[in-house]
Amino acid sequence: MSETTHDGTVAVSAPVSPDEGLTAAQLAVRNGLTVSGARPSLVEYVRQLWDRRHFILAFSRAKLTAQYSQAKLGQLWQVATPLLNAAVYFFIFGVILNASRGMPKDVYIPFLVTGVFVFTFTQSSVMAGVRAISGNLGLVRALHFPRASLPISFALQQLQQLLFSMVVLFAVAVGFGHYPDLSWALIVPVLILQFLFNTGLALIMARAGAKTPDLAQLMPFVMRTWMYASGVMFSIPVMLADKPQWLATVLQWNPAAIYMDLMRFALIDEYGAENLPDHVWAAAGGWAALFALGGFVYFWKAEERYGRG
Amino acid sequence: MAEDIRDEHTTGVIADEHTPTVIADELHIVYRVNGAKTGKGSATAALSRILKRGSDDAARGVRKVHAVKGVSFVAYKGEAIGLIGSNGSGKSTLLRAIAGLLPAESGRVYTHGQPSLLGVNAALMNDLTGERNVILGGLAMGMTREQIRERYQEIVDFSGINEKGDFITLPMRTYSSGMAARLRFSIAAAKDHDVLMIDEALATGDRSFQKRSEARIRELRETAGTVFLVSHNNKSIRDTCNRVLWLERGELRMDGPTDEVIKEYEKFTGK
Repeated sequence: MSETTHDGTVAVSAPVSPDEGLTAAQLAVRNGLTVSGARPSLVEYVRQLWDRRHFILAFSRAKLTAQYSQAKLGQLWQVATPLLNAAVYFFIFGVILNASRGMPKDVYIPFLVTGVFVFTFTQSSVMAGVRAISGNLGLVRALHFPRASLPISFALQQLQQLLFSMVVLFAVAVGFGHYPDLSWALIVPVLILQFLFNTGLALIMARAGAKTPDLAQLMPFVMRTWMYASGVMFSIPVMLADKPQWLATVLQWNPAAIYMDLMRFALIDEYGAENLPDHVWAAAGGWAALFALGGFVYFWKAEERYGRG
Repeated sequence: MAEDIRDEHTTGVIADEHTPTVIADELHIVYRVNGAKTGKGSATAALSRILKRGSDDAARGVRKVHAVKGVSFVAYKGEAIGLIGSNGSGKSTLLRAIAGLLPAESGRVYTHGQPSLLGVNAALMNDLTGERNVILGGLAMGMTREQIRERYQEIVDFSGINEKGDFITLPMRTYSSGMAARLRFSIAAAKDHDVLMIDEALATGDRSFQKRSEARIRELRETAGTVFLVSHNNKSIRDTCNRVLWLERGELRMDGPTDEVIKEYEKFTGK
């Protein structure tokens, strides 16, 4: 045993380096080597991410398909799941709790379904974001790619999921007499802005979740609180009529409520501009820009640390 | 600045055969495991861990595993380096650190280009068809859609998945473990690399597939600048490597020509 150790120490110095006398760092610089696993500059990072756009898209679509591949009804669940969700919320809030507060049924049902779908889009992006790194450590530790690919891909998966839900939503809207008109065109910018907001949020949650995986347990409660506070099943100004005005204002300006209200405004004829807070488009754009840019930079700052055991 | 160095490089100030491709400088890798304090995986232990947030890791019940302890070496172009050592000696961890996939606790790894690990297992999804997994795996490794389209048939043929019928259009979960392993290796081996790292990939599939994969690895060695191979099979190390690093308990115990190191290693393990 001691003999091998002795031989070992001799052998370690055996390969003669032609660059004798240089430190490792000097040798590296002299030969143009770079530090492995170092964080690229922000511009370089964006470029790498752009190079991986096909992977990001393919990964999100694969996740979406894999989700229901074992079920007998298969991809039909993409539409059936949101439909059942809407039915449950309608039964509880529309029939039992009567949260419509004077809203006629042909407005309330599309109002509720829009709220549920739009909020679910943000909610599932956050939940997927939390686990984007911590739930895919195998992938992070095996392959090279800008790590932001994962949360972005998950947000993209949720966007595609929402597009399936939109089919149900259109059917509900038309079923209650809200026919497509010019205002339906607003759906596109609303979706784009909400997607940007969600992606930013997913990036922030991905970094937080990578450091503290416990967030995956905590977030469902946070998200549920957020959902009830955002007026998914009721109109905020009507429900909070006897509370201080500032409370309703704060709740109405929160991003989830903004995107929901804009979508309702686009879809439902009787849901007019009087239900929207002032400067609503500026708020929708502002939230999207703030979270998308802020979230991206925040995520990038820890790029080299993802995947630590 | 990077261009200056490359100029110097091409004008031949440094001889080509002595071009370093990987430099490890006093590399330490530490894993942190939450709640693994001996015998205390309970809720109260977890709670006290949170309450003691400010104090050091040991007091909070976070166990540190010092997997690689101060490893330094320089790898040159054209070398095929074997990594040997008993289970848990830090071989795979060292590979991941060289690839830049595991952050170093201290010390550094400098590399020429982007070293890549041969393996795409984690990117593949069992619920998808073999066909879609080939595309997904290729994209995950950074191949373009065109490259995948060009190589697609090659990958499928190499894996031999379609030898017994049209299995490539079935979900991967329906494959036998051997078939899945073959497809995974075929996807992983489809890309060319600068610095290639292989982690015991030679032992997959049946005999005829093993022969094919060994041949493919030799091919990859010729195109790659430097190859690292982790294996417990001393014969395959002897066949493919000209230099061996012997790791034991995270420390570099020996570094030298294959025959010398393997001889000592065999003496050590009592073969």
